[in-house]
Amino acid sequence: MPSNPNIGDIVSRSGGQSWFYSDTVKDHFFNPRNFMRDESEYRDAAMGMVGSPACGDAMKVWISVDPITERITDCKWKTFGCGSAIASTSMMSVMVTENGGMTLEAARKLRPQDILARLGGLPARKIHCSVLGDKALRAAINDWYRRNGQPEKIEEEQGRVIDPETKVTDKDIEHAVLDGADTLEKIQAKLKVGVGHPECLPEVEQLIRFYREKYFGA
Amino acid sequence: MKSVYLDHAATTPLDPRVLKKMQPYFSDIFANPSSFHSPGLRAKEAVDEARKSIAVQLNAHADELVFCSGGTESDNLAILGTIRANRAKVKHVVTTAVEHHAVLEPLRHLERTGEIELTVLPVDKTGMVSVDDFETALRPETVLASVMYANNEIGTIQPIADIGRAILKWRKANKTPFPYFHSDACQAAGALALDVEKLHVDLFSLNGSKIYGPKGIGLLFVRRGVGIEPLVRGGGQERGLRSGTENVPGIVGLAAALEIAQAEKEKENARLTQLRDKLVEGFIKIPKTRLNGHPTERLPNNVNVSFMDIEGEAAVLYLDAQGIYCSTGSACASSSLDPSHVILATGVSYEAAHGSLRFTLGRSTKPADIDYVLKTIPGIVQKLRHMSPVNLDMRYFA
Repeated sequence: MPSNPNIGDIVSRSGGQSWFYSDTVKDHFFNPRNFMRDESEYRDAAMGMVGSPACGDAMKVWISVDPITERITDCKWKTFGCGSAIASTSMMSVMVTENGGMTLEAARKLRPQDILARLGGLPARKIHCSVLGDKALRAAINDWYRRNGQPEKIEEEQGRVIDPETKVTDKDIEHAVLDGADTLEKIQAKLKVGVGHPECLPEVEQLIRFYREKYFGA
Repeated sequence: MKSVYLDHAATTPLDPRVLKKMQPYFSDIFANPSSFHSPGLRAKEAVDEARKSIAVQLNAHADELVFCSGGTESDNLAILGTIRANRAKVKHVVTTAVEHHAVLEPLRHLERTGEIELTVLPVDKTGMVSVDDFETALRPETVLASVMYANNEIGTIQPIADIGRAILKWRKANKTPFPYFHSDACQAAGALALDVEKLHVDLFSLNGSKIYGPKGIGLLFVRRGVGIEPLVRGGGQERGLRSGTENVPGIVGLAAALEIAQAEKEKENARLTQLRDKLVEGFIKIPKTRLNGHPTERLPNNVNVSFMDIEGEAAVLYLDAQGIYCSTGSACASSSLDPSHVILATGVSYEAAHGSLRFTLGRSTKPADIDYVLKTIPGIVQKLRHMSPVNLDMRYFA
């Protein structure tokens, strides 16, 4: 089995379709909403950042929040990434600010699949590009609570530890599946999960199946 | 909308002159060249004539040419065919980090199955392999060396003749016919000299789809005396090295395309080099832009640049919307997040590799197209940089 389904010459982006993405994705990609034009005006806003340019995706999200209602009144972003990454951050910024703004509690519950649904879907291989926006948003929400004297409301991103030796969590497996590791072998190559603690492997396999069905329907 | 195709390294359109030569062999002279009747003979004559013509282009013998389905099959046949025909206990192969996947994947497969030991030589920051490194890597058990003539992503031209001479010297000193020397010339065939005697290659891969010929046709030159086994067995066509009814229109088309490309290459290379250099010059005026590959030892049609702080695919899509069609080495569309192995092998950071774009010019490229690209790209780079949270310090990415 080839290690990479796109080996050969440099990979074509057209995917053989009329366009690689849905019309909504295209619209948000070419006409991004709410992207940060002038950071100097947002120095005091709550901010969250995830990813790095070395791994191919990086996102930064700023939010302004009404301190009484705790609704998001403004959301700005910057994204280094492909078309789907840009479009999904743009869509996320619309979703959290429309209809009077989401409450921080509701915004925290925003999931990549909610953004995907509004975008009209993404090609399966592109789904990993859409999972950083909501993470950056949650980091910004934590930052807001930190800046507004409610440190008890900060929720660090964490999952349930599956392998006590490597401290690999269900979230780590979820992200690895989203990044294309769809077999136990690939997950292990990425996370080393269960190498020293093979008792956890049945659960790891179950999680791989669960996340594959959740995101890829297979 | 203006339409500027700058992806000729991916594939070229079929030259109308080639199409014209191929046309009779679809439904008029359609018979099987192996058939023992007059129509079959006509088809056989066409194949023979094409083979002779290509032999002249390569300075080879007609019986040293094996037609197959394309560049990938040609590379696979060269590698798997010679390794499997070789009965030595330990088989060692030398290659480079910037080879096409059609070379690297069969080699890695043989390494995984324990059939070979593999040395993958690094390249310098221009993508060039060192002949000294090459000589050092050779061992008594080295049976094959494979180095591409010109790179498909960054266009760097390898010193094939020098490596070939080093191998000849090694064989003479060690009184051995090994290692055989294979070179993938698929990207080079439209622009560089293909004399197998001057290049000292034993196995040489070519195909039609990169030289304005048809897709689905490839060729492997196998020097007389080289031990090689077929991958495809059956009716014994191509001296038993590639069974299957000959792709007569494809073979005729490949010969015609090669003739045209070789006859016109000097004039066309001069024209393309001028356009290429103009494009590079314009690109590097954009701040935080670097040229990937070699400044001069590169294919006349290849430009590969990294625009820092932006991701290549986003730029490809914006360019596509402006009717400019190019490629990226970034792997965002693949299940692996690793960017191009070629760009990374030149020591470029992951950050720069993610922002790499390849523009490959061709016969249809006019000066006005280059002007259009240079007029269009600054706005796109500026917009994407404006949207990007990344602002890398170029001191770390020299």
